[in-house]
Amino acid sequence: MTDTITDAAEPGPLARAVQDEPERPSWDSQAKRVVTLYIPLALFVIVLLFPFYWMTITALKPDYEMYDYAKFSPFWVHSPTLANIDKLLFHTNYPRWLLVTMSVAVASTFLSVAASVLAAYAIERLRFKGAQHVGLAIYLAYLVPPTILFIPLATMIFQFGLFNNPISLVLTYPTFLVPFCTWLLIGYFKSIPYELEECALIDGASRLQILKRITLPLAVPGLISAGIFAFTLSWNEFIYALAFIQSTDRKTVPVAILTELVTGDVYQWGSLMAGSLLGSVPVALIYSFFVEYYVSSLTGAVKE
Amino acid sequence: MDVTANAAERLFIRRPDGWLTRMFDNKAFLVTLCMLPTAGLLLIFLTYPLGLGLWLSMTDATIGQPGHFIGLQNFVSLSQDPIFWMSVTNTIMYTVVATIGKFLLGLWLAMLLNNYIPFRAFIRAIVLLPWIVPTVLSAIAWWWIYDPQFSIISYLLVNVLHLRSTYIDFLGAPWNARGSLVVANIWRGIPFVAITLLAGLQTISPTLYEAALLDGANGWQRFRRITVPLLMPILSVALTLSVLFTFSDFQLVYAITRGGPFNTTHLMATLAFQRAIPGSQLGEGAAIAVAMIPFLIVATLLCFYGVGRRKWQQGAGND
Repeated sequence: MTDTITDAAEPGPLARAVQDEPERPSWDSQAKRVVTLYIPLALFVIVLLFPFYWMTITALKPDYEMYDYAKFSPFWVHSPTLANIDKLLFHTNYPRWLLVTMSVAVASTFLSVAASVLAAYAIERLRFKGAQHVGLAIYLAYLVPPTILFIPLATMIFQFGLFNNPISLVLTYPTFLVPFCTWLLIGYFKSIPYELEECALIDGASRLQILKRITLPLAVPGLISAGIFAFTLSWNEFIYALAFIQSTDRKTVPVAILTELVTGDVYQWGSLMAGSLLGSVPVALIYSFFVEYYVSSLTGAVKE
Repeated sequence: MDVTANAAERLFIRRPDGWLTRMFDNKAFLVTLCMLPTAGLLLIFLTYPLGLGLWLSMTDATIGQPGHFIGLQNFVSLSQDPIFWMSVTNTIMYTVVATIGKFLLGLWLAMLLNNYIPFRAFIRAIVLLPWIVPTVLSAIAWWWIYDPQFSIISYLLVNVLHLRSTYIDFLGAPWNARGSLVVANIWRGIPFVAITLLAGLQTISPTLYEAALLDGANGWQRFRRITVPLLMPILSVALTLSVLFTFSDFQLVYAITRGGPFNTTHLMATLAFQRAIPGSQLGEGAAIAVAMIPFLIVATLLCFYGVGRRKWQQGAGND
């Protein structure tokens, strides 16, 4: 009886929301559900997304509006302008920084995934003596944070004559990309039944053919996961890029925004926010296309 | 699977073996070839720099000058340096407080997301955004949120809710600045914790909860006796990774305070950077970085303990 009343009185989204639950809850438990579930969840979403909202509207505000909270409510844009973005794109080196970041990320991702897929294949599939220990060593390598490596790496880069050269980044990013990708791909190869390879071996295929025709095609989702993840990590990398690159036109986006756009004591918040927004868009776009891959590689990496 | 096997059969028409194919059927050769790129990259750019870092920490190297062996002098002078000790306590406090915050809130969010809710996949996707966006870029947004004059939090508290009469100086005073950094770190860490723990929660069979319900267990008992123990393996791995990366954090602090005001918010990583690169004292910076290693080793051992226990719990062999 309570159920019918509930439905008549509240045909809103709540009633629909619980449709797939096995039992129809009473009005009481629906109220409880709002308090214990929807309100905290809404608060979480608001807090987690607010900095991005704030970044976006600040980037779109003209200066006179940005610094006058009395006249203009800060929570909204009253007269949106593209002036900040325009300034960033056409009066700074921003496009150049984007290009550098993109090339470094693509190159280091390619290098790392290629190296990792071979290593993961050898460790998980060729099962050579000591493969366990090699896998463990690679896992340990993942636990070495860049913050304890950047000083010796800086001296090495200097000796190699690669200082201030983005190639130094392509070579050093694999220190954290390869362990991660290898670990991810080992987990992935594990999920491919070994029997498939055995069948092919019995049918007379060579190891090269097996890798090319069976294992790699089946590992494609894993490769995509590793690739987009490596790309995101390289795009986000900061400390190596900060330490190894000096000239303005070779910096990556995160470093350039912090070192080139912050000038003197007066911060140009409009262009800072526009820069952060534009720098986040590429990864956010890739993320939106591959959400499931991110979630599975994130959780897969922890599980393995 | 049968179909694939049949397809494979058709694909492999045995051709006369070329030398390349024969080489690839030699396992030792194949293993060497496959391991070479990874081993090369990691030995040159990871293992060697680790050793080089140890060596540098015992020299007086500066930028552009190799330096001489000076024994433990760097460590001795650091042990008398109040800024170094403050960076150590800051790092420990930052790690402990931020980790507790991240895991409590992340676990809560994971449990919320583990319910039947509309658009769950979509909510899960947008919740992960803070973790995807480059840390420095979101840190800059936090920097602006913490602006002394135009902070939106102060505006909300003072002009909208009338809870305070003055604007908060978020980054001007040491304790305010430390607190602000921890909040920003928690904000960034929640998604990682929530999504990994959610994956753990989803593996717990609902029949366990049903059985507990029939036995008359209340909500807390179900959480304490079913959720927590079954979540422990994934929790311990996520915890160790999170502790490791929080302890060695650099970006957030560098972007928001750069160690200020008056070097009171330096973490060990930011202090190492400041001494080594802008201060050009490579040896001293390397010594600070080396001082981080013992802490990291303790965290790593915890991680293996967690991984080991996980296998044992699942009853999986050590394959």
